[in-house]
Amino acid sequence: MQQGYLLASAGLPVVHLRFSAQPLRSFSMTQTLTQRLANPTRFMELSASVLPWVAGAAALVIGYGLYLSFFVAPPDYLQGETARIMFIHVPCAWLSMAVYAIIAMSSFGLLVFRHPLADVSAKAAVPLGAAFTFLALVTGSLWGRPTWGTYWVWDARLTSVLILFFLYLGLMALRSSIEDEALASKLTAILALVGIVMLPIIKFSVNFGNTLHQPASVIRAGGPTIDTALLVPLLVMAVGFTLMFVAMHLKAMRNEIMRRRVKALQLAEVERAQASQLAAAE
Amino acid sequence: MDLGLDLGPHASFIWAAYGVVTVVIGAMIAWLILDGREQERRLADFAARGVKRRSASRA
Amino acid sequence: MSAFLALLSRDLRLAVRQGGALGTALGFYMLVVTLLPLGLGADLNLLSRIAPGVLWIALLLAALLSLGRVFSSDYEDGTLDVLATGRLPMELVVGAKALAHWISTGIPLALMAPVLGLLLNLELSAYPLLFGTMLAGTPAISFIGAVGAALTLRAYRGGLLIALLVLPLYVPTLIFGMAAINGLLGASGTMSAFLILIALSLASVVLCPLAAAAALRLQMQ
Repeated sequence: MQQGYLLASAGLPVVHLRFSAQPLRSFSMTQTLTQRLANPTRFMELSASVLPWVAGAAALVIGYGLYLSFFVAPPDYLQGETARIMFIHVPCAWLSMAVYAIIAMSSFGLLVFRHPLADVSAKAAVPLGAAFTFLALVTGSLWGRPTWGTYWVWDARLTSVLILFFLYLGLMALRSSIEDEALASKLTAILALVGIVMLPIIKFSVNFGNTLHQPASVIRAGGPTIDTALLVPLLVMAVGFTLMFVAMHLKAMRNEIMRRRVKALQLAEVERAQASQLAAAE
Repeated sequence: MDLGLDLGPHASFIWAAYGVVTVVIGAMIAWLILDGREQERRLADFAARGVKRRSASRA
Repeated sequence: MSAFLALLSRDLRLAVRQGGALGTALGFYMLVVTLLPLGLGADLNLLSRIAPGVLWIALLLAALLSLGRVFSSDYEDGTLDVLATGRLPMELVVGAKALAHWISTGIPLALMAPVLGLLLNLELSAYPLLFGTMLAGTPAISFIGAVGAALTLRAYRGGLLIALLVLPLYVPTLIFGMAAINGLLGASGTMSAFLILIALSLASVVLCPLAAAAALRLQMQ
Protein backbone atom coordinates (compact mmCIF):
# COMPACT_ATOMS: atom_id res chain seq x y z
CA MET A 1 0.00 0.00 0.00
CA GLN A 2 2.72 2.40 1.03
CA GLN A 3 4.70 1.81 -2.13
CA GLY A 4 1.62 1.92 -4.28
CA TYR A 5 0.75 5.20 -2.69
CA LEU A 6 4.17 6.64 -3.41
CA LEU A 7 3.77 5.93 -7.07
CA ALA A 8 0.24 7.22 -7.14
CA SER A 9 1.46 10.42 -5.63
CA ALA A 10 3.97 10.82 -8.40
CA GLY A 11 1.05 11.01 -10.77
CA LEU A 12 1.57 7.47 -11.97
CA PRO A 13 -1.09 4.84 -11.99
CA VAL A 14 -0.82 2.57 -8.98
CA VAL A 15 -0.57 -0.40 -11.32
CA HIS A 16 3.14 -0.61 -11.57
CA LEU A 17 4.12 -1.98 -8.23
CA ARG A 18 1.00 -3.85 -7.40
CA PHE A 19 1.35 -6.04 -10.45
CA SER A 20 5.09 -6.45 -10.38
CA ALA A 21 4.62 -10.06 -9.28
CA GLN A 22 5.70 -11.25 -12.72
CA PRO A 23 8.83 -9.19 -13.35
CA LEU A 24 10.11 -8.84 -16.86
CA ARG A 25 13.60 -9.99 -17.65
CA SER A 26 14.53 -6.79 -19.41
CA PHE A 27 12.86 -4.72 -16.74
CA SER A 28 15.86 -2.81 -15.46
CA MET A 29 16.98 -1.94 -18.96
CA THR A 30 13.63 -0.67 -20.15
CA GLN A 31 13.11 1.06 -16.86
CA THR A 32 16.02 3.46 -17.33
CA LEU A 33 15.00 4.13 -20.92
CA THR A 34 11.35 4.70 -20.17
CA GLN A 35 12.13 6.76 -17.12
CA ARG A 36 14.14 9.10 -19.24
CA LEU A 37 11.51 9.33 -21.97
CA ALA A 38 8.31 8.92 -20.10
CA ASN A 39 8.55 10.60 -16.77
CA PRO A 40 5.14 12.30 -16.45
CA THR A 41 6.68 15.50 -15.15
CA ARG A 42 9.01 15.60 -18.14
CA PHE A 43 6.06 14.85 -20.39
CA MET A 44 4.06 17.74 -18.93
CA GLU A 45 6.93 20.16 -19.57
CA LEU A 46 7.58 18.87 -23.07
CA SER A 47 3.94 18.73 -24.13
CA ALA A 48 3.28 22.21 -22.77
CA SER A 49 5.88 23.64 -25.11
CA VAL A 50 4.95 21.47 -28.11
CA LEU A 51 1.15 21.64 -27.89
CA PRO A 52 0.61 25.25 -29.09
CA TRP A 53 2.80 24.65 -32.14
CA VAL A 54 1.02 21.44 -33.11
CA ALA A 55 -2.40 22.98 -32.57
CA GLY A 56 -1.42 26.06 -34.57
CA ALA A 57 -0.01 23.97 -37.39
CA ALA A 58 -3.18 21.86 -37.43
CA ALA A 59 -5.38 24.96 -37.68
CA LEU A 60 -3.28 26.40 -40.51
CA VAL A 61 -3.14 23.18 -42.51
CA ILE A 62 -6.85 22.46 -42.09
CA GLY A 63 -7.66 26.06 -43.06
CA TYR A 64 -5.57 25.73 -46.19
CA GLY A 65 -7.11 22.33 -46.88
CA LEU A 66 -10.64 23.74 -46.58
CA TYR A 67 -9.73 26.53 -48.97
CA LEU A 68 -8.35 24.00 -51.45
CA SER A 69 -11.29 21.65 -51.15
CA PHE A 70 -13.98 24.30 -51.66
CA PHE A 71 -12.38 26.83 -53.99
CA VAL A 72 -9.61 25.05 -55.87
CA ALA A 73 -10.59 21.42 -56.28
CA PRO A 74 -12.80 20.92 -59.35
CA PRO A 75 -16.03 18.97 -59.00
CA ASP A 76 -15.52 15.29 -59.68
CA TYR A 77 -16.58 14.40 -63.20
CA LEU A 78 -18.62 11.43 -62.00
CA GLN A 79 -20.05 12.56 -58.69
CA GLY A 80 -20.03 16.31 -59.11
CA GLU A 81 -19.86 18.49 -56.01
CA THR A 82 -20.69 15.70 -53.56
CA ALA A 83 -17.14 14.40 -53.91
CA ARG A 84 -16.15 17.31 -51.66
CA ILE A 85 -17.40 15.26 -48.71
CA MET A 86 -14.43 13.01 -49.39
CA PHE A 87 -12.06 15.67 -48.06
CA ILE A 88 -13.39 15.24 -44.53
CA HIS A 89 -14.63 11.69 -44.79
CA VAL A 90 -11.32 10.07 -45.74
CA PRO A 91 -9.25 11.78 -42.99
CA CYS A 92 -11.81 10.68 -40.38
CA ALA A 93 -11.76 7.12 -41.70
CA TRP A 94 -7.97 7.10 -41.70
CA LEU A 95 -7.86 8.38 -38.12
CA SER A 96 -10.45 5.85 -36.98
CA MET A 97 -8.00 3.10 -37.84
CA ALA A 98 -4.77 4.88 -36.91
CA VAL A 99 -6.10 5.73 -33.46
CA TYR A 100 -7.00 2.10 -32.82
CA ALA A 101 -3.45 1.16 -33.76
CA ILE A 102 -2.15 3.74 -31.27
CA ILE A 103 -4.43 2.33 -28.57
CA ALA A 104 -3.21 -1.19 -29.29
CA MET A 105 0.44 -0.10 -29.14
CA SER A 106 -0.14 1.77 -25.89
CA SER A 107 -1.91 -1.27 -24.45
CA PHE A 108 1.05 -3.42 -25.41
CA GLY A 109 3.35 -0.88 -23.78
CA LEU A 110 1.29 -1.01 -20.60
CA LEU A 111 1.04 -4.80 -20.35
CA VAL A 112 4.57 -5.71 -21.40
CA PHE A 113 6.81 -2.77 -20.55
CA ARG A 114 4.65 -1.11 -17.86
CA HIS A 115 5.37 2.16 -19.56
CA PRO A 116 4.11 4.87 -17.16
CA LEU A 117 2.48 6.91 -19.90
CA ALA A 118 1.09 4.02 -21.93
CA ASP A 119 -2.16 3.78 -20.03
CA VAL A 120 -2.60 7.55 -20.04
CA SER A 121 -2.15 7.46 -23.81
CA ALA A 122 -4.59 4.59 -24.34
CA LYS A 123 -7.26 6.07 -22.09
CA ALA A 124 -6.98 9.50 -23.72
CA ALA A 125 -7.13 8.12 -27.27
CA VAL A 126 -10.27 5.95 -26.97
CA PRO A 127 -12.97 8.67 -26.94
CA LEU A 128 -11.12 10.57 -29.69
CA GLY A 129 -10.96 7.45 -31.83
CA ALA A 130 -14.63 6.73 -31.22
CA ALA A 131 -15.53 10.27 -32.27
CA PHE A 132 -13.54 10.05 -35.52
CA THR A 133 -15.08 6.66 -36.29
CA PHE A 134 -18.53 8.12 -35.69
CA LEU A 135 -17.70 11.02 -38.02
CA ALA A 136 -16.40 8.65 -40.68
CA LEU A 137 -19.71 6.75 -40.52
CA VAL A 138 -21.90 9.85 -40.59
CA THR A 139 -20.04 11.63 -43.38
CA GLY A 140 -19.89 8.37 -45.32
CA SER A 141 -23.61 7.93 -45.05
CA LEU A 142 -24.24 11.56 -46.06
CA TRP A 143 -21.99 10.95 -49.04
CA GLY A 144 -23.73 7.68 -49.84
CA ARG A 145 -27.23 9.11 -50.03
CA PRO A 146 -26.65 11.30 -53.14
CA THR A 147 -24.22 8.88 -54.82
CA TRP A 148 -25.69 5.46 -54.02
CA GLY A 149 -29.23 6.61 -53.37
CA THR A 150 -29.23 5.25 -49.82
CA TYR A 151 -27.79 6.26 -46.47
CA TRP A 152 -26.45 2.85 -45.71
CA VAL A 153 -25.35 -0.21 -47.62
CA TRP A 154 -23.89 -3.36 -46.11
CA ASP A 155 -20.71 -2.80 -48.01
CA ALA A 156 -17.65 -4.53 -46.60
CA ARG A 157 -15.88 -1.31 -45.78
CA LEU A 158 -18.85 0.31 -44.07
CA THR A 159 -19.60 -2.78 -42.07
CA SER A 160 -16.09 -3.15 -40.76
CA VAL A 161 -15.95 0.52 -39.74
CA LEU A 162 -19.24 0.06 -37.91
CA ILE A 163 -17.81 -2.91 -36.03
CA LEU A 164 -14.70 -0.88 -35.25
CA PHE A 165 -17.04 1.68 -33.69
CA PHE A 166 -18.54 -1.06 -31.51
CA LEU A 167 -15.05 -2.10 -30.42
CA TYR A 168 -14.39 1.48 -29.32
CA LEU A 169 -17.66 1.49 -27.39
CA GLY A 170 -16.65 -1.78 -25.74
CA LEU A 171 -13.32 -0.29 -24.61
CA MET A 172 -15.10 2.69 -23.05
CA ALA A 173 -17.80 0.55 -21.44
CA LEU A 174 -15.33 -1.91 -19.92
CA ARG A 175 -13.13 0.80 -18.46
CA SER A 176 -16.06 2.66 -16.98
CA SER A 177 -17.60 -0.37 -15.31
CA ILE A 178 -14.62 -1.52 -13.23
CA GLU A 179 -14.09 0.44 -10.08
CA ASP A 180 -10.39 -0.28 -9.48
CA GLU A 181 -8.75 2.04 -12.02
CA ALA A 182 -5.47 0.16 -12.24
CA LEU A 183 -7.31 -3.08 -12.93
CA ALA A 184 -9.61 -1.37 -15.43
CA SER A 185 -6.55 -0.12 -17.34
CA LYS A 186 -5.02 -3.56 -17.63
CA LEU A 187 -8.25 -5.34 -18.58
CA THR A 188 -9.06 -2.68 -21.17
CA ALA A 189 -5.56 -3.15 -22.57
CA ILE A 190 -6.20 -6.88 -22.95
CA LEU A 191 -9.48 -6.16 -24.73
CA ALA A 192 -7.72 -3.70 -27.05
CA LEU A 193 -5.13 -6.33 -27.98
CA VAL A 194 -7.85 -8.96 -28.55
CA GLY A 195 -9.54 -6.39 -30.77
CA ILE A 196 -6.45 -5.72 -32.85
CA VAL A 197 -6.03 -9.46 -33.44
CA MET A 198 -9.69 -9.83 -34.38
CA LEU A 199 -9.92 -6.77 -36.65
CA PRO A 200 -8.19 -8.30 -39.68
CA ILE A 201 -10.31 -11.45 -39.25
CA ILE A 202 -13.48 -9.36 -39.04
CA LYS A 203 -12.41 -7.41 -42.11
CA PHE A 204 -11.66 -10.64 -43.96
CA SER A 205 -14.96 -12.22 -42.95
CA VAL A 206 -16.97 -9.17 -43.96
CA ASN A 207 -15.27 -9.14 -47.36
CA PHE A 208 -15.91 -12.84 -47.73
CA GLY A 209 -19.56 -12.57 -46.77
CA ASN A 210 -20.06 -9.70 -49.14
CA THR A 211 -18.73 -11.38 -52.21
CA LEU A 212 -21.29 -14.09 -51.52
CA HIS A 213 -24.34 -12.03 -50.66
CA GLN A 214 -24.04 -8.75 -52.46
CA PRO A 215 -24.40 -8.13 -56.15
CA ALA A 216 -21.72 -5.92 -57.63
CA SER A 217 -23.70 -2.77 -57.01
CA VAL A 218 -21.34 -1.10 -54.62
CA ILE A 219 -17.91 -1.93 -55.88
CA ARG A 220 -17.46 1.62 -56.97
CA ALA A 221 -15.76 2.74 -53.73
CA GLY A 222 -12.75 4.79 -54.75
CA GLY A 223 -13.82 4.57 -58.36
CA PRO A 224 -11.25 5.36 -60.98
CA THR A 225 -7.88 6.49 -59.71
CA ILE A 226 -8.10 9.88 -58.08
CA ASP A 227 -7.04 12.89 -60.08
CA THR A 228 -4.21 14.96 -58.60
CA ALA A 229 -6.50 17.98 -58.47
CA LEU A 230 -8.54 16.06 -55.90
CA LEU A 231 -5.65 14.19 -54.34
CA VAL A 232 -3.71 17.26 -53.21
CA PRO A 233 -6.53 18.76 -51.11
CA LEU A 234 -7.25 15.31 -49.72
CA LEU A 235 -3.65 14.85 -48.59
CA VAL A 236 -3.55 18.34 -47.10
CA MET A 237 -6.72 17.63 -45.14
CA ALA A 238 -5.39 14.26 -44.00
CA VAL A 239 -2.20 15.87 -42.70
CA GLY A 240 -4.24 18.60 -41.01
CA PHE A 241 -6.59 16.14 -39.31
CA THR A 242 -3.65 14.03 -38.16
CA LEU A 243 -1.97 17.08 -36.64
CA MET A 244 -5.25 18.00 -35.01
CA PHE A 245 -5.54 14.52 -33.52
CA VAL A 246 -1.96 14.73 -32.20
CA ALA A 247 -2.79 18.04 -30.51
CA MET A 248 -6.03 16.67 -29.05
CA HIS A 249 -4.32 13.52 -27.84
CA LEU A 250 -1.54 15.51 -26.15
CA LYS A 251 -4.12 17.73 -24.47
CA ALA A 252 -6.21 14.75 -23.35
CA MET A 253 -3.09 13.08 -21.92
CA ARG A 254 -2.19 16.26 -20.04
CA ASN A 255 -5.70 16.41 -18.60
CA GLU A 256 -5.53 12.78 -17.56
CA ILE A 257 -2.17 13.23 -15.81
CA MET A 258 -3.54 16.26 -13.96
CA ARG A 259 -6.66 14.30 -13.02
CA ARG A 260 -4.48 11.58 -11.52
CA ARG A 261 -2.46 14.14 -9.59
CA VAL A 262 -5.65 15.66 -8.21
CA LYS A 263 -6.75 12.21 -7.12
CA ALA A 264 -3.41 11.54 -5.43
CA LEU A 265 -3.63 14.87 -3.62
CA GLN A 266 -7.14 14.08 -2.41
CA LEU A 267 -5.86 10.79 -1.08
CA ALA A 268 -2.96 12.52 0.66
CA GLU A 269 -5.33 15.00 2.24
CA VAL A 270 -7.70 12.32 3.50
CA GLU A 271 -4.82 10.32 4.91
CA ARG A 272 -3.42 13.34 6.69
CA ALA A 273 -6.82 14.15 8.17
CA GLN A 274 -7.19 10.59 9.42
CA ALA A 275 -3.71 10.69 10.97
CA SER A 276 -4.44 13.93 12.81
CA GLN A 277 -7.77 12.53 14.02
CA LEU A 278 -5.97 9.51 15.40
CA ALA A 279 -3.42 11.73 17.09
CA ALA A 280 -6.17 13.84 18.65
CA ALA A 281 -7.95 10.76 19.95
CA GLU A 282 -4.90 9.51 21.81
CA MET B 1 -25.17 29.61 -47.24
CA ASP B 2 -23.91 32.24 -49.62
CA LEU B 3 -20.18 31.99 -49.94
CA GLY B 4 -20.18 32.46 -53.65
CA LEU B 5 -20.31 28.68 -53.91
CA ASP B 6 -22.71 26.68 -55.98
CA LEU B 7 -22.54 23.13 -54.71
CA GLY B 8 -25.14 21.72 -57.01
CA PRO B 9 -28.32 19.82 -56.21
CA HIS B 10 -26.86 17.98 -53.23
CA ALA B 11 -25.49 21.03 -51.41
CA SER B 12 -27.45 20.21 -48.27
CA PHE B 13 -25.66 16.88 -47.90
CA ILE B 14 -22.28 18.55 -48.25
CA TRP B 15 -23.14 21.23 -45.71
CA ALA B 16 -24.59 18.62 -43.35
CA ALA B 17 -21.40 16.54 -43.52
CA TYR B 18 -19.13 19.51 -42.88
CA GLY B 19 -21.52 20.73 -40.19
CA VAL B 20 -21.52 17.46 -38.27
CA VAL B 21 -17.72 17.28 -38.39
CA THR B 22 -17.45 20.87 -37.15
CA VAL B 23 -19.90 20.32 -34.32
CA VAL B 24 -18.40 17.06 -33.08
CA ILE B 25 -14.78 18.21 -33.30
CA GLY B 26 -15.71 21.57 -31.79
CA ALA B 27 -17.41 19.80 -28.90
CA MET B 28 -14.36 17.62 -28.32
CA ILE B 29 -12.00 20.59 -28.33
CA ALA B 30 -14.26 22.53 -25.98
CA TRP B 31 -14.46 19.55 -23.62
CA LEU B 32 -10.67 19.15 -23.66
CA ILE B 33 -10.10 22.82 -22.86
CA LEU B 34 -12.76 23.00 -20.14
CA ASP B 35 -11.62 19.74 -18.57
CA GLY B 36 -8.03 20.96 -18.58
CA ARG B 37 -9.06 24.22 -16.89
CA GLU B 38 -11.02 22.31 -14.26
CA GLN B 39 -8.06 20.08 -13.41
CA GLU B 40 -5.69 23.07 -13.31
CA ARG B 41 -8.07 24.88 -11.00
CA ARG B 42 -8.22 21.92 -8.61
CA LEU B 43 -4.43 21.56 -8.62
CA ALA B 44 -4.04 25.28 -7.89
CA ASP B 45 -6.60 24.91 -5.12
CA PHE B 46 -4.54 22.16 -3.49
CA ALA B 47 -1.37 24.19 -3.89
CA ALA B 48 -3.03 27.19 -2.23
CA ARG B 49 -4.04 25.04 0.72
CA GLY B 50 -0.52 23.71 1.01
CA VAL B 51 -1.35 20.05 0.32
CA LYS B 52 1.69 18.43 -1.25
CA ARG B 53 2.31 15.20 -3.00
CA ARG B 54 5.03 13.17 -1.29
CA SER B 55 7.14 13.09 -4.39
CA ALA B 56 7.28 16.87 -4.29
CA SER B 57 9.28 16.70 -1.08
CA ARG B 58 11.57 14.10 -2.61
CA ALA B 59 12.46 16.20 -5.60
CA MET C 1 -3.76 -33.70 -17.95
CA SER C 2 -5.62 -35.53 -15.19
CA ALA C 3 -6.19 -32.24 -13.39
CA PHE C 4 -7.59 -30.83 -16.62
CA LEU C 5 -9.96 -33.77 -17.01
CA ALA C 6 -10.97 -33.59 -13.37
CA LEU C 7 -11.86 -29.93 -13.72
CA LEU C 8 -13.73 -30.62 -16.96
CA SER C 9 -15.78 -33.42 -15.46
CA ARG C 10 -16.48 -31.36 -12.33
CA ASP C 11 -17.83 -28.49 -14.44
CA LEU C 12 -19.90 -30.87 -16.56
CA ARG C 13 -21.34 -32.54 -13.47
CA LEU C 14 -22.19 -29.13 -12.02
CA ALA C 15 -23.86 -28.15 -15.27
CA VAL C 16 -25.96 -31.30 -15.24
CA ARG C 17 -26.84 -31.03 -11.57
CA GLN C 18 -27.87 -27.38 -11.74
CA GLY C 19 -29.64 -27.81 -15.06
CA GLY C 20 -31.11 -24.34 -14.82
CA ALA C 21 -28.55 -22.67 -17.06
CA LEU C 22 -29.00 -25.07 -19.95
CA GLY C 23 -32.78 -25.05 -19.61
CA THR C 24 -32.82 -21.26 -19.64
CA ALA C 25 -30.59 -21.10 -22.68
CA LEU C 26 -32.66 -23.63 -24.61
CA GLY C 27 -35.89 -21.92 -23.63
CA PHE C 28 -34.50 -18.56 -24.68
CA TYR C 29 -33.34 -20.03 -27.98
CA MET C 30 -36.82 -21.38 -28.66
CA LEU C 31 -38.50 -18.11 -27.71
CA VAL C 32 -36.34 -15.96 -29.98
CA VAL C 33 -37.03 -18.30 -32.88
CA THR C 34 -40.75 -18.21 -32.07
CA LEU C 35 -40.87 -14.43 -31.85
CA LEU C 36 -39.24 -13.84 -35.22
CA PRO C 37 -42.06 -15.23 -37.43
CA LEU C 38 -44.51 -13.26 -35.29
CA GLY C 39 -42.53 -10.10 -36.03
CA LEU C 40 -41.66 -10.79 -39.65
CA GLY C 41 -44.93 -12.33 -40.77
CA ALA C 42 -45.59 -16.00 -41.35
CA ASP C 43 -44.68 -16.14 -45.04
CA LEU C 44 -43.27 -19.66 -45.34
CA ASN C 45 -41.06 -18.88 -48.33
CA LEU C 46 -39.47 -15.94 -46.56
CA LEU C 47 -39.02 -17.99 -43.39
CA SER C 48 -37.32 -20.91 -45.09
CA ARG C 49 -34.99 -18.48 -46.85
CA ILE C 50 -33.89 -16.71 -43.67
CA ALA C 51 -34.09 -19.74 -41.38
CA PRO C 52 -30.34 -20.53 -41.18
CA GLY C 53 -29.53 -16.92 -40.32
CA VAL C 54 -32.27 -16.71 -37.72
CA LEU C 55 -31.12 -19.93 -36.10
CA TRP C 56 -27.49 -18.78 -36.03
CA ILE C 57 -28.25 -15.39 -34.51
CA ALA C 58 -30.60 -16.86 -31.93
CA LEU C 59 -27.90 -19.37 -31.04
CA LEU C 60 -25.34 -16.60 -30.49
CA LEU C 61 -27.72 -14.78 -28.16
CA ALA C 62 -28.66 -17.92 -26.26
CA ALA C 63 -25.01 -18.90 -25.77
CA LEU C 64 -24.27 -15.38 -24.51
CA LEU C 65 -26.86 -15.80 -21.79
CA SER C 66 -25.00 -18.58 -20.06
CA LEU C 67 -21.52 -17.14 -20.57
CA GLY C 68 -21.58 -14.78 -17.62
CA ARG C 69 -21.66 -17.77 -15.28
CA VAL C 70 -18.57 -19.47 -16.68
CA PHE C 71 -16.27 -17.89 -14.11
CA SER C 72 -18.43 -15.79 -11.82
CA SER C 73 -19.86 -18.51 -9.55
CA ASP C 74 -16.40 -20.00 -9.06
CA TYR C 75 -15.02 -16.54 -8.41
CA GLU C 76 -17.63 -15.78 -5.79
CA ASP C 77 -17.18 -18.95 -3.74
CA GLY C 78 -13.37 -18.85 -3.94
CA THR C 79 -12.91 -21.91 -6.15
CA LEU C 80 -11.12 -19.80 -8.72
CA ASP C 81 -8.55 -18.71 -6.13
CA VAL C 82 -7.86 -22.34 -5.31
CA LEU C 83 -7.51 -23.14 -9.00
CA ALA C 84 -5.20 -20.16 -9.49
CA THR C 85 -2.81 -21.46 -6.84
CA GLY C 86 -3.00 -25.04 -8.08
CA ARG C 87 -0.66 -26.86 -10.43
CA LEU C 88 -2.83 -26.46 -13.48
CA PRO C 89 -1.84 -23.33 -15.46
CA MET C 90 -4.57 -20.72 -15.67
CA GLU C 91 -4.70 -21.14 -19.46
CA LEU C 92 -5.76 -24.75 -19.04
CA VAL C 93 -8.27 -23.86 -16.34
CA VAL C 94 -9.86 -21.48 -18.83
CA GLY C 95 -9.65 -24.14 -21.51
CA ALA C 96 -11.40 -26.72 -19.32
CA LYS C 97 -14.16 -24.31 -18.35
CA ALA C 98 -14.75 -23.11 -21.91
CA LEU C 99 -14.76 -26.69 -23.14
CA ALA C 100 -17.29 -27.60 -20.46
CA HIS C 101 -19.41 -24.66 -21.61
CA TRP C 102 -19.22 -25.88 -25.19
CA ILE C 103 -20.23 -29.43 -24.25
CA SER C 104 -22.97 -28.40 -21.85
CA THR C 105 -24.43 -25.48 -23.82
CA GLY C 106 -22.99 -25.27 -27.34
CA ILE C 107 -23.75 -28.85 -28.37
CA PRO C 108 -27.31 -28.91 -26.95
CA LEU C 109 -28.07 -25.63 -28.70
CA ALA C 110 -26.70 -26.99 -31.99
CA LEU C 111 -28.77 -30.16 -31.51
CA MET C 112 -31.85 -28.07 -30.94
CA ALA C 113 -31.39 -26.03 -34.11
CA PRO C 114 -32.82 -28.60 -36.57
CA VAL C 115 -35.89 -29.02 -34.35
CA LEU C 116 -36.45 -25.30 -34.43
CA GLY C 117 -35.84 -25.44 -38.18
CA LEU C 118 -39.22 -27.19 -38.43
CA LEU C 119 -40.88 -24.05 -37.12
CA LEU C 120 -39.19 -22.02 -39.82
CA ASN C 121 -40.02 -24.32 -42.73
CA LEU C 122 -36.34 -25.12 -43.29
CA GLU C 123 -35.70 -27.70 -45.99
CA LEU C 124 -34.99 -31.13 -44.55
CA SER C 125 -31.87 -31.48 -46.70
CA ALA C 126 -30.30 -28.55 -44.90
CA TYR C 127 -30.49 -30.13 -41.43
CA PRO C 128 -27.21 -32.03 -41.43
CA LEU C 129 -25.45 -28.98 -42.83
CA LEU C 130 -26.96 -26.70 -40.24
CA PHE C 131 -26.05 -29.03 -37.42
CA GLY C 132 -22.55 -29.60 -38.82
CA THR C 133 -21.71 -25.93 -39.24
CA MET C 134 -23.04 -25.14 -35.78
CA LEU C 135 -21.00 -27.93 -34.28
CA ALA C 136 -17.94 -26.49 -36.02
CA GLY C 137 -18.71 -22.91 -35.03
CA THR C 138 -19.85 -23.19 -31.42
CA PRO C 139 -16.35 -23.82 -29.98
CA ALA C 140 -15.40 -20.35 -31.21
CA ILE C 141 -18.49 -18.97 -29.50
CA SER C 142 -17.62 -20.61 -26.16
CA PHE C 143 -13.92 -19.71 -26.24
CA ILE C 144 -14.31 -16.11 -27.44
CA GLY C 145 -17.09 -15.76 -24.92
CA ALA C 146 -14.78 -16.97 -22.17
CA VAL C 147 -12.54 -13.96 -22.85
CA GLY C 148 -15.52 -11.67 -22.39
CA ALA C 149 -16.55 -13.48 -19.21
CA ALA C 150 -13.01 -13.20 -17.81
CA LEU C 151 -12.76 -9.50 -18.62
CA THR C 152 -16.07 -8.64 -16.98
CA LEU C 153 -15.60 -10.77 -13.88
CA ARG C 154 -15.36 -7.82 -11.52
CA ALA C 155 -17.35 -5.34 -13.57
CA TYR C 156 -20.73 -4.16 -12.47
CA ARG C 157 -23.56 -4.48 -15.03
CA GLY C 158 -21.73 -7.62 -16.22
CA GLY C 159 -24.44 -9.19 -18.36
CA LEU C 160 -25.04 -6.33 -20.76
CA LEU C 161 -21.37 -5.47 -20.87
CA ILE C 162 -20.42 -8.99 -21.93
CA ALA C 163 -22.82 -8.71 -24.89
CA LEU C 164 -21.31 -5.40 -25.95
CA LEU C 165 -17.76 -6.75 -25.76
CA VAL C 166 -18.31 -10.16 -27.28
CA LEU C 167 -20.95 -9.74 -30.00
CA PRO C 168 -18.65 -7.71 -32.32
CA LEU C 169 -16.05 -10.45 -31.93
CA TYR C 170 -18.65 -13.04 -33.00
CA VAL C 171 -19.05 -11.41 -36.42
CA PRO C 172 -16.55 -13.67 -38.22
CA THR C 173 -18.08 -16.80 -36.68
CA LEU C 174 -21.55 -15.73 -37.76
CA ILE C 175 -20.50 -14.78 -41.28
CA PHE C 176 -18.48 -17.92 -41.92
CA GLY C 177 -21.18 -20.07 -40.34
CA MET C 178 -23.73 -18.63 -42.75
CA ALA C 179 -21.32 -18.72 -45.68
CA ALA C 180 -20.56 -22.36 -44.92
CA ILE C 181 -24.24 -23.30 -45.14
CA ASN C 182 -24.76 -21.26 -48.29
CA GLY C 183 -21.58 -22.60 -49.85
CA LEU C 184 -22.48 -26.23 -49.17
CA LEU C 185 -26.14 -25.80 -50.17
CA GLY C 186 -25.29 -23.87 -53.33
CA ALA C 187 -24.81 -25.42 -56.71
CA SER C 188 -21.04 -25.29 -56.47
CA GLY C 189 -21.01 -27.00 -53.07
CA THR C 190 -17.86 -25.20 -52.00
CA MET C 191 -16.21 -26.20 -48.75
CA SER C 192 -13.95 -23.18 -48.28
CA ALA C 193 -16.14 -21.27 -45.83
CA PHE C 194 -16.69 -24.41 -43.77
CA LEU C 195 -12.96 -24.99 -43.56
CA ILE C 196 -12.37 -21.37 -42.54
CA LEU C 197 -15.04 -21.77 -39.86
CA ILE C 198 -13.19 -24.80 -38.47
CA ALA C 199 -9.91 -22.88 -38.58
CA LEU C 200 -11.56 -20.03 -36.71
CA SER C 201 -12.77 -22.39 -33.99
CA LEU C 202 -9.38 -24.07 -33.65
CA ALA C 203 -7.56 -20.74 -33.52
CA SER C 204 -9.88 -19.44 -30.83
CA VAL C 205 -9.43 -22.64 -28.82
CA VAL C 206 -5.69 -21.98 -28.82
CA LEU C 207 -5.56 -18.18 -28.49
CA CYS C 208 -8.54 -17.19 -26.35
CA PRO C 209 -7.37 -19.01 -23.19
CA LEU C 210 -4.20 -16.87 -23.27
CA ALA C 211 -6.16 -13.62 -23.12
CA ALA C 212 -8.74 -14.94 -20.66
CA ALA C 213 -6.07 -16.34 -18.34
CA ALA C 214 -4.17 -13.05 -18.37
CA ALA C 215 -7.38 -11.24 -17.44
CA LEU C 216 -8.19 -13.71 -14.66
CA ARG C 217 -4.70 -13.54 -13.17
CA LEU C 218 -4.95 -9.76 -12.90
CA GLN C 219 -8.17 -10.10 -10.94
CA MET C 220 -6.98 -12.88 -8.64
CA GLN C 221 -4.32 -10.78 -6.98
